[in-house]
Amino acid sequence: MKTHLMLAGALSLIATMAAAEDKPVLTVYAPDYFTSEWGPGPAIEKGFEATCDCDLKFVAGDVLPRILLEGDKTQADIAIGLNTDVTAKARATGLFAPHNEDTSDLTMPVKWDDPIFLPFDWSELAFVYDKTKLKNPPASFQDLLDAPDDAYKIVIEDPRSSVAGLSLLLWVKDIYGDKAEEAWTKIAPKVLTVTPGWSEAYGMFTDGEADMVLSYVTSPAYHIMAEDDDSKVAAIFPEGHYFTPELVAQLKTSKHPELAQKFLDYVLSPDFQGMIATANWSFPAKLPHDQLPEVFRNLPMPDKTLYLGETEAEKLRGPALDEWQRAFSK
Amino acid sequence: MATRLLQIRRAPLWAVLAGAALAALVLGTLAAVTFRAGGLTGLRETDLAAIRFTLWQAALSALISCALAIPVARALHRRRFAGRGLLISLLGAPFILPVIVAVFGLIAVFGRRGLVNAALAPFGIDPISIYGAQGVIIAHVFFNLPLATRMILHGWEAIPAERFRLAATLCFGPAEVTRHLERPMQRSVLPGAFLAIFLVCLTSFAVALTLGGGPRATTVELAIYQAFRFDFDMGRAASIALVQVAISVAALLIAARATLPSSFGAGHDRRATPIPQLSGGAERVAFDTLAILLAAVFLLLPIGAVFARGLPALADLPEMIWPATLTSLVIALASTVITLAIALPLALAATRQRWAEIAAMLPMTASSLVMGTGAFLIARPFVNPTDLALPMVLLTNAALSVPFATRILMPEIRTLQTDYDRLAASLGLSGFARLRLLTVPRLARPLGFSAGLAAAFSMGDLGVITLFSDGQTRTLPLALFQLMGSYRMDQAAGAASLLLILTFALFWALDRAGHYADPR
Repeated sequence: MKTHLMLAGALSLIATMAAAEDKPVLTVYAPDYFTSEWGPGPAIEKGFEATCDCDLKFVAGDVLPRILLEGDKTQADIAIGLNTDVTAKARATGLFAPHNEDTSDLTMPVKWDDPIFLPFDWSELAFVYDKTKLKNPPASFQDLLDAPDDAYKIVIEDPRSSVAGLSLLLWVKDIYGDKAEEAWTKIAPKVLTVTPGWSEAYGMFTDGEADMVLSYVTSPAYHIMAEDDDSKVAAIFPEGHYFTPELVAQLKTSKHPELAQKFLDYVLSPDFQGMIATANWSFPAKLPHDQLPEVFRNLPMPDKTLYLGETEAEKLRGPALDEWQRAFSK
Repeated sequence: MATRLLQIRRAPLWAVLAGAALAALVLGTLAAVTFRAGGLTGLRETDLAAIRFTLWQAALSALISCALAIPVARALHRRRFAGRGLLISLLGAPFILPVIVAVFGLIAVFGRRGLVNAALAPFGIDPISIYGAQGVIIAHVFFNLPLATRMILHGWEAIPAERFRLAATLCFGPAEVTRHLERPMQRSVLPGAFLAIFLVCLTSFAVALTLGGGPRATTVELAIYQAFRFDFDMGRAASIALVQVAISVAALLIAARATLPSSFGAGHDRRATPIPQLSGGAERVAFDTLAILLAAVFLLLPIGAVFARGLPALADLPEMIWPATLTSLVIALASTVITLAIALPLALAATRQRWAEIAAMLPMTASSLVMGTGAFLIARPFVNPTDLALPMVLLTNAALSVPFATRILMPEIRTLQTDYDRLAASLGLSGFARLRLLTVPRLARPLGFSAGLAAAFSMGDLGVITLFSDGQTRTLPLALFQLMGSYRMDQAAGAASLLLILTFALFWALDRAGHYADPR
């Protein structure tokens, strides 16, 4: 009986392997949030498989750490959901191939000419608050610095474990330069606490524990569209807001380079770009403004966008972290 | 040296295998990371600050947890009231909660907009703040007071009823009970409890970060994370991890030295009902009542808050929660079996051989990030790591429960061996027969408790080994986190309530099963 079962199991295994072999498999490494049914993963998989005659397989987890450990033996054909904080490290490995896409007509506030990492969506950092509860929101970054210590309590993410937290360091550094440490000593008393990631911080904000949270200018869109709640708004600062794109790239070692290239083409296609706004609550990288959902079209946006390039950011993040730690120790 | 080698050779094969597996998992992975990094790198000033802060908060958390647990355990031991069994089980709940869920519960009670500050405001009392070192310690006491209480209560229950009767015959009052029964029991239980809590707090990450209020509360585990992910310096990550292991082993040796075996002797297994004369008068009744009430409020209020917040969303959970729940349940039960298969032989050997105790405690000293990365590096040349997703989750979940199970089993195994070794030897009772007729029945209570803990831990685990994730299997905690990560905070709260109910139900069922299986 047991041998029969094992035989049946082996046969069915061979059968599935044979079936899978019919179609090439495109392996895409993605972050955890990406592949959940509320993330953009499932729609991307369906959309691409409809055109490629292939099997798209997501592998969710720590994208870059995994590729770094695997080296040139990595299974990944595509890495998606990378942030600008890791591109320098990723580029240095030499594992990634050029994207070969035309980035001259992207709909982003920042000109993009990186030949390897291709943005598929973007947003900008912002402090989000509840306008029905907070009566004295900051009108500018300077205003936030100068407000009394008890004006409001903000929850931010830790730059050592969260890309939002690291981008905030660069945001402050970009505005205040040499005076960044001084700026942080003024912000520190208003910081309620520092969380490991975005989820904990945002949860503390929606639970009413914190008055403001470091999030994105696009966060209010979720509350308006999914919850019919327009009380959550982003504070818009005239100094400018820090730009945060999400990136995709193909691996040099891919066994299906044509398929991988086809996927990058698909990323910039209207099909992909059209669903990203509500799937990932951010702006698509290439979609004309009038094709955005109405709520996104009407989101208050900063006039000025700040962005330190990769080299500059890589150079500054070490010293900026030290300043941040010193400011919080005072 | 020769005698020591002989000891290892005489040790049961099963215990040696279990110890070797844990050593490979903890030290082998650390070695793999070090090797890959091309050697260890020196520590930075900030790393040293993190080590200092971690040691300080871990020692203080362990001290406060144990100190508070003594009156609570004593009160629970000498008082009987309706719902006592349920309360004892419920008080264990914080220990088995997933960290992030518990942190939100604590914030709901002690936070800026929490119940405590709401209650203080009308009296014009300045609001208290949970953010800072005090918050880290409150949270650690919240998590670990239940463990300490249970370990001490087990100590009380292990004192044979005849000793209390004798004490009553000798006209002991509460003071004499303390001197002749409680203190010796504590000398055998407290060092182990302190050690377990110290080690839990040593590897704290999310609690310290979320409630620490900023970078001053940087722990060793965060320093490791930073070295890995922010500085991409694997050598430094390995160095810090090595320091963490060294501190833990040193703590273990000190605790072992401070532990005295209890020597109450075997009893006749009479059910121990408290004797009023020993339990003291009205004043002590009031004190005990207060201890139980305060502990119950402190431990249950935050859990109630989590539960109440999520309850409305329970009906409105997305479909995918259910397969994730099933996956979590299966993983929890399977890793419970593995935990006991590793912990029991090790605990049986550990009372006589120090190496077995150290091996059993090793998983507690490990950084999960180093462990995951090392295992990945070891596995990759041979297999596709995603094929190992399930075995790795089972093994790491089980390994992380082994130190607790061993700690819980050891004091009672010591008693068992002192009381019954000679009888068993004279009857020629050994091997499987001894296990079936003597060991397992006598250890039913701590085994049930350990199984409950192991199942609960595994249920609440976020899947530390994300490097092995295949993107297909999803557990309930991961689903919860994905909901949070996509703005769905209400549904996430619902998932947290569901997790709370299931985790507690598993824990309670296994813990109770142990009580029923106890012949006493």
